[in-house]
Amino acid sequence: MRREPARSLSDHLPVIFPALMLLVFFVIPFSIMIAVSFFQREQGGFYTTDFVFSNYERFLSAFFGGVLGFSLLLAASVAACCVALAFPFTYFLTCRTRRVQIAWLVGLLSVLSLSEVIIGFAWSTLFSRTAGISNLFVALGLMDQPTALLPGFGAVLTGMVYQALPYTILVLYPALVRLEPTLLEASRTLGASPLRGFFNIVIPALRNTIVATLIMVFVFALGSYLLPQILGRPQHWTLSVLITDQAIYQSNMPFAAAMAVFLVLISLALVGLTLLVGGRKDLTA
Amino acid sequence: MTPAWIRNGYMVLIALFLAAPLVVVAGVSVNAKKTLLFPPEGFSLSWYAEIFTENEWRSALFASVGLAAFSAALAVTIAMPLAWFLWRRVAPWARVFQFLGIAPFLLPPVITALGFLSFWATAGFYGEPWTAVISHAIFFVTLPLVTLSLGFASIDRSLVEAAATMGADDRRVFRTVVIPLITPYLVSGYAFAFVLSLNEYIVSYMTVGFTLETLPIKIFNALRYGYTPTMASVSIFFVVIAAAVFGLVARYGDLPRLLGAWSSEDK
Amino acid sequence: MSGLTLEGVSKRFGSLTAVDNVTLNVPQGTFVCLLGPSGCGKTTLLRMIAGLEDPSGGRLLIDGADITGVATHQRDFGMVFQSLALFPHLNVGENIAYALRIRGIAKADQQRRVDELLALVHLPGHADRPVNKLSGGQRQRVAIARALAVSPKLFLLDEPLSALDAKLREAMQVELRQLQQKLGITTIVVTHDQREAMTMADLVVVMGEGHIRQAAPPVEIYRKPADSFVAGFIGSTNLLDLSRDSSGRAVVGGVVLPDVILPAGLDRARLSIRPEDVHLTAPTAGGLTGRVTFLRDLGGTIETFIEVAGTTVTAVSTPRERPDVTAGDSIGVTLPAEACVVLKQ
Repeated sequence: MRREPARSLSDHLPVIFPALMLLVFFVIPFSIMIAVSFFQREQGGFYTTDFVFSNYERFLSAFFGGVLGFSLLLAASVAACCVALAFPFTYFLTCRTRRVQIAWLVGLLSVLSLSEVIIGFAWSTLFSRTAGISNLFVALGLMDQPTALLPGFGAVLTGMVYQALPYTILVLYPALVRLEPTLLEASRTLGASPLRGFFNIVIPALRNTIVATLIMVFVFALGSYLLPQILGRPQHWTLSVLITDQAIYQSNMPFAAAMAVFLVLISLALVGLTLLVGGRKDLTA
Repeated sequence: MTPAWIRNGYMVLIALFLAAPLVVVAGVSVNAKKTLLFPPEGFSLSWYAEIFTENEWRSALFASVGLAAFSAALAVTIAMPLAWFLWRRVAPWARVFQFLGIAPFLLPPVITALGFLSFWATAGFYGEPWTAVISHAIFFVTLPLVTLSLGFASIDRSLVEAAATMGADDRRVFRTVVIPLITPYLVSGYAFAFVLSLNEYIVSYMTVGFTLETLPIKIFNALRYGYTPTMASVSIFFVVIAAAVFGLVARYGDLPRLLGAWSSEDK
Repeated sequence: MSGLTLEGVSKRFGSLTAVDNVTLNVPQGTFVCLLGPSGCGKTTLLRMIAGLEDPSGGRLLIDGADITGVATHQRDFGMVFQSLALFPHLNVGENIAYALRIRGIAKADQQRRVDELLALVHLPGHADRPVNKLSGGQRQRVAIARALAVSPKLFLLDEPLSALDAKLREAMQVELRQLQQKLGITTIVVTHDQREAMTMADLVVVMGEGHIRQAAPPVEIYRKPADSFVAGFIGSTNLLDLSRDSSGRAVVGGVVLPDVILPAGLDRARLSIRPEDVHLTAPTAGGLTGRVTFLRDLGGTIETFIEVAGTTVTAVSTPRERPDVTAGDSIGVTLPAEACVVLKQ
């Protein structure tokens, strides 16, 4: 089949509806948000058209710097943990039969699609005093009495790793499943042990993939907004939480928008970096 | 190869990690009394029944399912002509729309949510239930767009040419060749969008959070006022729905390929 | 004029000219092979005939009627694709009936025609099979049957047998030729396999770099190649430098070939001779002499590689026709004039 350029109006017809939908409901909202970030806030939850930088100037406070620093640190920790956990797992998974792989993929997708609310609720239950894991430790004699393991940084980190792990595995999966199996076999014939083969052959061959995955998981974790609220204390709140808080509860849309624009810039820079590093075109999961 | 016990042991550990919270929630959901206890005391499925019998939960369930069904349909309606156009025509400029279709999914969700909030507020429709349908459709359009693009890429173009040599015009080719071959990808795209929309919180919260209570919003609101085992039963209900939908996708489609593996049917 | 006529057909892709000013007449009922190395433009030419590519210039005529601008689906040709392009969502019978279904033919008539075609390609009773459960040869037959469903005016095949193993390919070549003769249908096959072309074709069209190098019956192509490209592409051949001595006689390696005539006006040319036409003798005074460099004894025939006049000449002979030599020996080489073809350089 020849792919021809679209010439007549009827050739263009199919693209008109999707283009309009995306322009009206994605580009325009996005532009409005950028515009609002320069508006002046008024008392009572409204704002007036203006062009001020005061919303951005608020970033310069120590409080904001602390939140930003914590958000980045948390996202980075989540990304590092997830890739460290997911990489060997995904590698083992790709060595399995197709049936086993499919069963795992179904499970991973099911966990991935879980609402943050549900993940937060599930972990708060698991970390709770009455129904939590500490009861198991007591039963095993490792602890004297059950305790609540939340709120705290550990709980937030665990919850977010839980949320991002299926995503990480699914991002790594295509690259690992396409990895030439003979590569490792070749290293075996050259006398490398399985472990050395893994570290000397598989990891270097996929260095770009690993870096790209780290960045993607970082951006994914940056978007987490409920888990820090459910599993953490206010000092564990991230930029995403703050944006929601400002927009809904403080009714300060201009400031929320300015933070969102800032978050977009960070994310875009990182996504751009991913594309630069990985050259990956098919982002699926 | 790595010793089998290391591989198996590691995979079991990950499985435990992923399953643990769900097991606990499942345990809590069958408590006989309205307590948050694990292991559960007694056994009762009444908390599952409550999803359907208790008014607030039932209307939240209907709101969620309705929202997911309509928004996934709209997402597919947007993605299908775009993916077809990108496959059929030489039009580099149309890649812009492909990027726009993927962008909402790559950005932190709170940004898209805030964009919708300011848009609907400015347009004066803030809080209308249908705004959540459109918002979710745009937010999740990435999923059908990706599955459909993969699906079109998997159609051998000589099939279309063969149909033409046998007398089929463009419209006939579309109906007799393209549609049957793309349908599994269309259904997968719908399924992905449906399940994710069902579970989505922040976009629905920022668009219709104060007028329409979807299940995730309901759970979160309930979470603030203390636990009820219905939250647990709803969570398990959702996991089961997701597993069933993805299981069906795997049964009737090529799941590894949808997730980026090379066509693995001959493996 | 009945049959297919190409008048100065060209195809350019950007700055690349894939097919350059091709003129050809294919009479009704002829089996034509378009033969050439990959990238010679043969597939592009076939696709233009099918209407899958628009020519950049020239005209296509069927029975004298211009079809250059007619869309593929209105041409009523049957085509077998290199990938076969069987519809994976349809079974064997539905694949074959596709063209009939598009034309709105009644179900019962479709059924009858499908059975007829399956019998024709020796697959009776396979109508309900899914196509992905067929062997390579069976898929091939289904693709052929499908292309013939509406008794097309032209039967086009693009490298149809390339996916089959050597043995099956040879059998299918014979079968395809017999089928074509039975139906009397004008057929054009694209191939890069000269054996395939020799087996099946009435007319072999050798293409190189977008041009037709020679269009002739297979034996003529083999015996009288038009140039060294054709000579080299069809079978193996020996190419020797030919020059004119002071008295106007043709000379190879300092030895006069008395019966070889160099066309007037040419001082230098090339001589093409097939390996089986090269005669080997004991070295003779005044004759062409070379040194044996390698022997390939295939049992039935022996290939002798001889260094003569600065090039390597290959001779294929039966053990009885040649002197018993080993590598390093001197040997006499005779080039019979009736087997020599003089080509422009």
